[in-house]
Amino acid sequence: MAIGVVVFPGSNCDRDVRWASEGCLGIPTRFLWHETRDLSGLDAIVLPGGFSYGDYLRCGAIARFAPVLESLIEFIDQGRKVLGICNGFQVLTELGILPGALTRNQDLNFICKSVQLNVVSGRTSWIKGHQSGDLISLPIAHGEGRYQCSNETLQMLQDEDSIVLRYKNNPNGSVGDIAGITNTAGNVLGLMPHPERACDPIIGGIDGRGILQALLD
Amino acid sequence: MPKFQARVLISLRSSVLDPAGEAARAAANRLGVKGIEKLRIGKSVDLSIEAPTESEARSRLELLSDRLLANPVIENWSLDIQPSNTSKEG
Repeated sequence: MAIGVVVFPGSNCDRDVRWASEGCLGIPTRFLWHETRDLSGLDAIVLPGGFSYGDYLRCGAIARFAPVLESLIEFIDQGRKVLGICNGFQVLTELGILPGALTRNQDLNFICKSVQLNVVSGRTSWIKGHQSGDLISLPIAHGEGRYQCSNETLQMLQDEDSIVLRYKNNPNGSVGDIAGITNTAGNVLGLMPHPERACDPIIGGIDGRGILQALLD
Repeated sequence: MPKFQARVLISLRSSVLDPAGEAARAAANRLGVKGIEKLRIGKSVDLSIEAPTESEARSRLELLSDRLLANPVIENWSLDIQPSNTSKEG
């Protein structure tokens, strides 16, 4: 069992993910340069946080055309798990794999702090060890994390139980307090908070462990 | 091959909050410019393109605008295109 972490030019949480997955959780982890198309031997893939391709044009807009993502679409179609964290979530929305878009925070600040999140959906096994109704704490670090979608999309997300995490105190103006959503099939999760930064008690909490462990479920 | 000059204007959909526009509007007030009721910030992209016909150029740029330059989930775009007249000026 192994996971891959995509490395775009400008990714800066790729090594954090590996530190958490391999160092804290013992999951064999391989880096995937954005130009590769070879995803063989991998059970799940993480799109990490950062500023892929400098976030030029829009966050995730240029990363969307990376060769590795062509293979990623097949990987997703096969029902395998993909986790997009922060910039990775932005890339997944630009690709159209997850609905909506992430835009400038309501108050224009870059927000870097721990936030409380309500676990909303119990439909998928993404938040291992937690059930719908639980409260967890994870760090956020973003300037463009305001989730935006049409009323119809919001209704669809609610109807199919695809909203996984909502902010307890909405920090950025996201529609519906949304912090993380899955696709309809449930094998792709995108979220703005950073679970990889909450895997070791010495740095403030371990509520992120369940999400990384869920990659191999 | 004919050349064309084009400009794509990208704006946030009216339903999407534009906090940067709101901040600029507040600054306009502090500058003493009164009466600004609405200020929304977009992007302008200037392009030149070679294509056999204007309609072919337009259709390529429409694809580009819709798939790359703008994100239709949150943005609208408009395209202005005209034949390039650089040859007259060398």
